[in-house]
Amino acid sequence: MPTPESAPFWAGTLRGELRLQQCDDCGRHYFYPRVSCRYCGSSRIQWRQVSGHGRLVSYIINHRQPDSAGRQPIIALVELDEGPRMMTNIVGVDADPDLLPLDARLTVEFEVRGDQAIPVFRLEGAAS
Amino acid sequence: MTTMHGGGVVIAGAAETDEVGALPEHSVLRLHGEAARNALADAGLQPGDVDGIATAGHNVVEIAHHLGIAPRWLDGTSVGGCSFMLHVRHAAAAIAAGAADVVLVTHGESGRSRVGVTPYSIGPDSLKGQFEAPFGSTAPFSSFTVPALRFLHDRGMSRRDLAAVVVAQREWAFRNPRAFRRKPITVDEVLDRPPVAYPFTRDMCCVVTDGGGALVLTSAERAADLPNGDRRVYVLGSGEASESSLVSQMDDVSSFGAFRRASAEAFATAGIMPADVDHLMAYDAFAHVPLYMLEDLGFVSHGESGAFVASGNTGPGGTLPMNTNGGGLSYTHTGMYGMFAIQEAVRQLRGEAPAQVPDAEVSFVQGVGMFFGAAGSLVFANRLP
Repeated sequence: MPTPESAPFWAGTLRGELRLQQCDDCGRHYFYPRVSCRYCGSSRIQWRQVSGHGRLVSYIINHRQPDSAGRQPIIALVELDEGPRMMTNIVGVDADPDLLPLDARLTVEFEVRGDQAIPVFRLEGAAS
Repeated sequence: MTTMHGGGVVIAGAAETDEVGALPEHSVLRLHGEAARNALADAGLQPGDVDGIATAGHNVVEIAHHLGIAPRWLDGTSVGGCSFMLHVRHAAAAIAAGAADVVLVTHGESGRSRVGVTPYSIGPDSLKGQFEAPFGSTAPFSSFTVPALRFLHDRGMSRRDLAAVVVAQREWAFRNPRAFRRKPITVDEVLDRPPVAYPFTRDMCCVVTDGGGALVLTSAERAADLPNGDRRVYVLGSGEASESSLVSQMDDVSSFGAFRRASAEAFATAGIMPADVDHLMAYDAFAHVPLYMLEDLGFVSHGESGAFVASGNTGPGGTLPMNTNGGGLSYTHTGMYGMFAIQEAVRQLRGEAPAQVPDAEVSFVQGVGMFFGAAGSLVFANRLP
C-alpha cells in the first residue's frame, strides 16, 4: 500500500516501469523512496525509470510457506545495475539451488497482485 | 565519582524465570514479574529500592506499575532482541550521571504459548509492508536468513559451516539441564533435518520458547554493601549501533556495520582487545549470525569463522567458549533473546554456570536486533582491570 512518498514507485510498477529516485546533486540512485537523498541529503531528487537489469545477490527457498500452486517461493536480493538493492522473488525457475547461481543476471517483470503490481525477477535467458 | 565504564557500574542481581521453555500458565506480565522478583532477591533488594526501569517488547510504564516501582528514570528503547544490551549501556550512563541509583531491566516473553501477548502485525504501508512483505519476507526465518548464502559464497564456505555452529552449541546444551534441545548432533544430522528456508534446516533456526530474565544494576560502591556484593559483575565497556530496519537494505550483505561499530566502541571503552576475552555470547537466532559476529567483532579474520567453529574453538574446552548455555539455537529463544545472553555471561563470571568455563574473567556479549537492524555490545568482568 503506497504512501505519498512511494506512490510514484507503485504507479510505475502498474505501468510496467521500475522507477527509482535519483539525486541531481550526487548523481546516485537510491531505494527505498525518501524525501531527500540517502547519500548526500540533497532535496534535488527525481524519479527516473531504470534498466530493470541486475544480479542475484542472495536468496532463500521458503519451504515453510508454499504458494497456492504448491511452489516454494524464492525470496531473493537483487542488486540493480544502477546500484540499489531490493527484496524480490525469482520467478520462472524451479526452486533448485543448482539453477540459482549467485551473481546470475536478472531482469525485472511485474506480477499483478490485487490492485498492485510487484517487481519480480527472472534469470536472463530463461523463457518467460 | 561513578564512571559509566571501567567498573563503576555493576550488575548486582541477575536471574531468569524459575523455568524457561513451554510455560502455558505464564502470561507475559507474569514472566516479567517472576524474573524481576528473582533478580531483586538475588541482589538483596526490594521493589521500593528501584528508581530506574527499562524493558522492551512491552510498555515500560505498564511493567513498572505491575512491579510496584515508581521510577524517576525510564528506558523503553525497543530495537528487537538486543534491546537489553542497550538498556544495560543506558543504565550505566544514567547511574554514572546520577539520574538513577538502582535500575531494573526486565524481559518476559510468551513466544511459544502466546499468553497475554500484544499482537504483532506488519502495516501494509510500512517500509517492510511495502518493500519486503509482498515477496514473502515477513517471518524471522524468511528475513534474517536471506543474506546468509552471500556470506558463505564470498568466503568459499558452505552449509556445513552453518551446521558446525549447531553442533558446537549442542555440546554446550548437552551440559545444561534447562536447555530446550539437548541431544548431541552431527553436521550430517543437522543437514538432514527438515528444511525451513534453504540453506537453513530446522536445527539451524532457534528454538521458540517462553521465559524471562531480569538484571539489577547499581554503582560498584552501593553494590559493595549488598548481601551478595561479592558476586557483582562489572560493566567494563559497551557500544550500540543501528543500520536499516529492512534486511534488504544492509550496507553490506556479508558483513554487518552495526556489529563492527558497536563492538569497536565496546572494546575501546573497556580498554581490551579480542585476545583478552575469555568467554563470548554471540546472539544466535540463526546459525549464520555467530559467524558474522566472529568476523565483524574481530575475533577471527575474514573467511575464518567457519573453520574456527568447525575445529572446536568455540565448544567445550576450546580457546573461545561461545554460547555456553546452548544459545538461542539450543537453550532458549523467547523472541528477544538478548536478556538470556547477558544472564549466561553473568553466570559464567560468577562461576555459577551449568557448563562452567574455568577461570572466565572477561565476557563479551554481542546482541543483534530487528534482524540485521541494530546491535548492542557489552563487556563484563568479575574483577577490575
